[in-house]
Amino acid sequence: MKISWFRRQQYVQVKLEQKGEVGALWVKCAGCGDLVFRERIRENHGICPRCGAYFFLTAQERISLLVDESSFQDVSKPIVTADPLGFVDRRSYVGRLKEAQEKTGLRNETVIGRARLGGCPVILAVTDFRFIGGSMGSVMGEQLDHGMGMAARELRPFILVTSTGGARMQEGIFSLMQMVKTAAARRDLERLGVPFVSVMTYPTTGGVLASIASLGDITIAEKGALIGFAGRRVIEQTTGERLPPEFQTAEFAFEHGMVDRVVERKKLREELIHILEFLPVRQSQ
Amino acid sequence: MRIDELIAELQEKLAELKRLTRDSGLDASPQIAELAEEVARLSLGRGAWEQVQLARHPSRPTTMDYLGLMMDDFYELHGDRLGSDDGAIVAGLAKFAGRTVVVVGHQKGKNLVENRIRRSGMAGPGGYRKAARIMGLGERYGFPIIALIDTPGAYPGVKAEEHNIGGAIADSIYTMLRLRTPIVAVVIGEGGSGGALGIGVGDRLLMMENAYYSVISPEGCAAILWGDRSRAREAAAALRLTAHDLLDLGVIDEVVQEPTGGAHTDPQEAARSLGEALRRHMDELRGMVPGELPGLRRSKFRGMGICEGAVPVMHEQGGE
Repeated sequence: MKISWFRRQQYVQVKLEQKGEVGALWVKCAGCGDLVFRERIRENHGICPRCGAYFFLTAQERISLLVDESSFQDVSKPIVTADPLGFVDRRSYVGRLKEAQEKTGLRNETVIGRARLGGCPVILAVTDFRFIGGSMGSVMGEQLDHGMGMAARELRPFILVTSTGGARMQEGIFSLMQMVKTAAARRDLERLGVPFVSVMTYPTTGGVLASIASLGDITIAEKGALIGFAGRRVIEQTTGERLPPEFQTAEFAFEHGMVDRVVERKKLREELIHILEFLPVRQSQ
Repeated sequence: MRIDELIAELQEKLAELKRLTRDSGLDASPQIAELAEEVARLSLGRGAWEQVQLARHPSRPTTMDYLGLMMDDFYELHGDRLGSDDGAIVAGLAKFAGRTVVVVGHQKGKNLVENRIRRSGMAGPGGYRKAARIMGLGERYGFPIIALIDTPGAYPGVKAEEHNIGGAIADSIYTMLRLRTPIVAVVIGEGGSGGALGIGVGDRLLMMENAYYSVISPEGCAAILWGDRSRAREAAAALRLTAHDLLDLGVIDEVVQEPTGGAHTDPQEAARSLGEALRRHMDELRGMVPGELPGLRRSKFRGMGICEGAVPVMHEQGGE
């Protein structure tokens, strides 16, 4: 499947939780407009078998795409946000959280686990965009701190796969401070010589891009990723600039030297295994 | 509105007491402290939007104003050595209380012409790289670092994105977490999100009384969560972005008193107040072992955040 270099990859959200509902078996692909059998997409790692458009992956799907079979052990902390500001906009933050939890079956947006890639023990951290945009609040900060702490103690490479809109506004200043917190935890990896590979997927933006996601030893963008600090609308409104069509795509990031490589979803696992071969890692547990 | 009047009244009393102390030499500091605390308590969660307006006041003292008033000398340095010199951030060497320090700060212009260079304090990648470079220079000679924050946010533009503004902020944050020299950061006006944080990682974080510090501008937050930019007033209150809010939330170390009515009404007094606070914190930090500072700084930030069901983890300190 040859996709033109600058085409903006279409992402489509698949509602994976609609078990048994009418229409749940088929999804319309926003890439080609065809109705596609959902199981076919799932088997194809969230890629439209017809046009190659990428669908969002849930954290669970992302993990199974990457790790050796049955090697993943979830070590996430059992924590939820404490809603430190008592935040209410048109809806309450607590309400939004509850809905996200019901929709995703996840307690929070971040999954951390011990896993193996090509036999190499790693700590893998994945964010799930379905959960309030995979945004970073106190919980994500704590989970990543925890994951990096574990990687440092166990001398396992740390692999972070981001799909996030940035900071969790509803936690105000605390969400901003998670940028520093995660960067501080990252320092331990450096001090102990533990590798950190950052994988940016659709989307990796705002405060997460401006902190932990940009601090990898090696940085990979998944093909079709959206990578940028400021949102398109903000840029257009503030500066009146016209944005080029390829703006903030993975290819744009690559052209401007922000990432080491752009990798197709299907090749991501072997790419990571290849990278680990160069790095100081233990081969067995 | 009654609470606002009450606060105004108390603030007037406070100002009077201070004048009295200054003019007559009478020591009224316990009463001043008590009154200030009362004002702070009453101000909590109130008038967040008014606070934002004050922080953005066109004649509010800027970084260069404070430097002129607080420093015995300031020698500006330029350029990131990577192709640019961003006017939205000033940086250089200064003499403060008889010692050499490094200063970095956002710089807003006072008019349209100035803002062609200053971009209202919205720094691009070159600004953060310049700041990180000059802070690194400070570390080599053990000079303490003072960072003055005053920005609506990092510059949202095509060029900024092309030159990796996200990565530049991340690198600057990471640099500040590593430096083996004391860092005091102060939000003097607007503390706009990642753009503020990019020079905002310190052993101490202070805020001027009428400054704000927020993860997103109230307008941006209103646009996203309320679907309506004009709901910024509500967003400002919900975000808890005032100096007293942040002190209450345990994120900052001190609120630096401003003259009644705001820093712009009496820049000299504001600078004196800020200078006094800076000297105090820098004296405290000077007593610490430089090698321990980065570890302590990182521990402080790793402790930030509030989760339920979390077991607090103590992180090992010390070392670089």
